[in-house]
Amino acid sequence: MNTQANATTQTGIQSQAIAPAAMSGSRLFYWSVRRELWENRWIYLAPLAIGGLFLFGFLITAFHLPARMRAAMALDPMQRYDVIAQPYDIAGGLMMATMILIGVFYCLDALYGERRDRSILFWKSLPVSDVTTVLAKASIPLVILPLLAFAVAVVVQGITLLVSSAVLLASGVSAAPLWTQLSLPHMSLLLLYHLITVHTLAPAPLYAWLLLVSAWARRAPFLWAVLPPVAVGALEKLIFNTNYFALAVAQRFTGGGTDAVTHGDSFPTHPMTHLTPGIFLSSPGLWIGLAITAVFLAGAIRLRRYRGPI
Amino acid sequence: MACIETRGLRKAFGKTTALDGLNLKVEEGRILGLIGPNGAGKTTALNAMLGLIPYEGELRVLGRDPWSERDQLMRDVSFIADVAVLPRWMRVSQALKYLAGVHPRFERAKAEAFLAKTNIAHDSKVRELSKGMVTQLHLALIMAIDARLLVLDEPTLGLDILFRKQFYDSLLNDYFDRSRTIVVATHQVDEIQDVLTDLMFINHGRIVFQCSMEEFESRYLEMTVNPEKAAAARELKPIHERQVFGRSVMLFDRVDRQQLAAYGDVRTPSIADLFVAVMGDQAGVAQGAA
Repeated sequence: MNTQANATTQTGIQSQAIAPAAMSGSRLFYWSVRRELWENRWIYLAPLAIGGLFLFGFLITAFHLPARMRAAMALDPMQRYDVIAQPYDIAGGLMMATMILIGVFYCLDALYGERRDRSILFWKSLPVSDVTTVLAKASIPLVILPLLAFAVAVVVQGITLLVSSAVLLASGVSAAPLWTQLSLPHMSLLLLYHLITVHTLAPAPLYAWLLLVSAWARRAPFLWAVLPPVAVGALEKLIFNTNYFALAVAQRFTGGGTDAVTHGDSFPTHPMTHLTPGIFLSSPGLWIGLAITAVFLAGAIRLRRYRGPI
Repeated sequence: MACIETRGLRKAFGKTTALDGLNLKVEEGRILGLIGPNGAGKTTALNAMLGLIPYEGELRVLGRDPWSERDQLMRDVSFIADVAVLPRWMRVSQALKYLAGVHPRFERAKAEAFLAKTNIAHDSKVRELSKGMVTQLHLALIMAIDARLLVLDEPTLGLDILFRKQFYDSLLNDYFDRSRTIVVATHQVDEIQDVLTDLMFINHGRIVFQCSMEEFESRYLEMTVNPEKAAAARELKPIHERQVFGRSVMLFDRVDRQQLAAYGDVRTPSIADLFVAVMGDQAGVAQGAA
């Protein structure tokens, strides 16, 4: 007991000597993000589960594959691509939908839940600023989720391709068209571009709005997040008989109407997709959206400073 | 430099004045008991010191403005609000990792040594722990932080007497080292009587009484008066009198012990006795004014 006590005191003195006066900003940010992932494990479990579910569904229908492949070879090249790429597009689309859903529900609770369970008093008793905390929370829908969705989609698509090849080989059908028609690296790059532009930068103000409401609402953050936009849309319809606002909000969420690519009718990872990052980045809509994002996040930071437990 | 210094500290919530020009100074190395009835402004005062709420007036904690410098201040200040603020989803091991990650003065080995003396398992979640264990965990985390100021707001609320005793024993034996300052607000006045170095009563957002414990012990005496001598004892101007089992119990301020001994049994009063005397006066004044 005595020696243990001595040991503790000694390490105490040593670590005091080397203890920094403050943790670096990046370190505080890292631990803030990590704590979000501890609290909300579904942020990564849900994409993994959806990916697993897709693979399971794909496996039990894999016996159709040889027949589908033979049918596809009879089609013209464009249609052939669509048939062959279908499972990969479904996997990619599932990840996008998962990411949006997780992002919405995460943001609504991010700054509301800690006030409801009073844990905000614990977080505020630690040397982590409101800026770091809110930015760490904003990074979940704006950085973590797109990267996660991308990683899971690529792994799932890779497994799908390998399993398909094995099934085709086993049934004596050539797997070559799979590999010539689909370029997984190319598809992945297109998917990443799509996730960053259409599903992150464009809807950023929506996620920031949800965080703002989450920091502000004393109850029912979902209602507060949804009702004001609905009211604005309804007023616009009544007064001007137009629906620009509703359209703009819906497009930001679903990714329609952005000019990140030409060839907008097919799936965003279609090989004919032509990226237009220049047009996307120079569109005023994007920058207005990002400015609104910054304003909303600044508001959320300020609110977190003022608001206590509810 | 004083650890905490306020001048004309004011805070109103709507029409309710919670702090009405609070002036206080807490020197380093003191253990201050902040005592007051419900709604007296204790928690508001502590929240202002911790940078949790904006305020009017002057307030410096360790030389900083808590409201604008909360995160820097929290490197040197620890704080237990009440038992239920640890996030319920968190595992004990995660709490240790997180604090080691964000707090420059957190020493994980110390927290683990303290936890080893409890029944708290590292892989337990906070929601699985009993109320007493959650407080033990919080205390383990706080005691592993080499802070200069520790603020406790009703830290033992809802705990049984064993846990409460243990809590203050640990605090005194393993934590307090004369260079730290502790401010504790509580209703369980008598349990902290031996712990404190200073005493402050607060009511209606103002300080109504303050003294050091040495002063308290030398100034105040309580006496159970022999019935036949009650009238004579009243001549010595007790500051408070109450009846216990038909006998008068009187509280005296700055009256000689020898002199009192002639009238009954003399002893040092508890903080609670003085509190009742002072607050009873307050109520009387308020009624008289109305």
